[in-house]
Amino acid sequence: MSGQLLGCALLSLSAVAAVIIARTDNLFSAAFLAGMSSLLTAALFLSLDAPDVAFTEAAVGAGISTIFFLTTIAATGKQYAYAASRKVLGLTLAAATGWLLFYSMLDFPWLGDASLALHDHVARHYLEHSAAEVGPPNVVTSVLASYRGLDTLGEVCVIFTAGVGVLIVLGLFEQRGEE
Amino acid sequence: MNSAGRSDLAFITQNPILRETAHTLVPTTLLYALYVQFHGDFGPGGGFQAGVIFSVGLVLYALIYGVEKASAVLSRRTAEVLSALGVLLYALTGVAALLRGGAFLDYAALAQQPLSGQHIGIFAIELGIGVTIVGVVMLIFYLLMDASDSA
Repeated sequence: MSGQLLGCALLSLSAVAAVIIARTDNLFSAAFLAGMSSLLTAALFLSLDAPDVAFTEAAVGAGISTIFFLTTIAATGKQYAYAASRKVLGLTLAAATGWLLFYSMLDFPWLGDASLALHDHVARHYLEHSAAEVGPPNVVTSVLASYRGLDTLGEVCVIFTAGVGVLIVLGLFEQRGEE
Repeated sequence: MNSAGRSDLAFITQNPILRETAHTLVPTTLLYALYVQFHGDFGPGGGFQAGVIFSVGLVLYALIYGVEKASAVLSRRTAEVLSALGVLLYALTGVAALLRGGAFLDYAALAQQPLSGQHIGIFAIELGIGVTIVGVVMLIFYLLMDASDSA
């Protein structure tokens, strides 16, 4: 019960942050609030007993993303220019997306439902045999690094590709600035 | 050089409170990143988190003491090399398992004992992940800082 209360409190704070981000035209405060929202999400993951995910969310969402936002703002400008004519379109799209998400949420299983097919597939095998088959006490490490090693290689390739993409785009920008 | 971005950052670099805080936080952050990297088998964390934390320490150093000093520690060229080196280390671990008669990324083939093979394999690929993350994050950071200089 206290876990549900904590979850409600964290999500409400996150919603408040989201509304302020949508309403402010100061990009600095928007960037900081986005970081705060990530930190709240990290706390939520921690309350759901997922420390590895919470760790990543805190380091990437609250740490690095905020820094990237701030350096981008330093490179572009602090104020956001509103396009008044797009407001209705934006509100309609946001409301439609919100309705879709809420509608799909109605089919969600209850939190911690042990009878789900999901928990009877490979998850049970990982939990019961990873110590003997792979070794590390942290099952998340076993799954990420060993059982799903190929997927993780793909993820690392995605990150490398992101770096190359930024290098290409901003490298071109840099060359144009020198001319 | 007379851009808005530079003057905002000058406020950070000259603030004595931020400088003193960074003085303590930077080495602690880097050490903690190494702990997360090599302790990921036992506690939460691993290469992804460690790489990000390590680069946060370097970014903090760059924000307080200047990009030039941070470049002396880890230059943009080194960041480029590291980002590719990590992926290579990961993939080569898989190839090493292939050459020793296992399947691709089947670390059990890396040593006589399957479990110690798994241990070596996980250590190597987590290191590869961490190296790639540090390289990519620092590369993006340097590029964004260059962009804010020339804006």
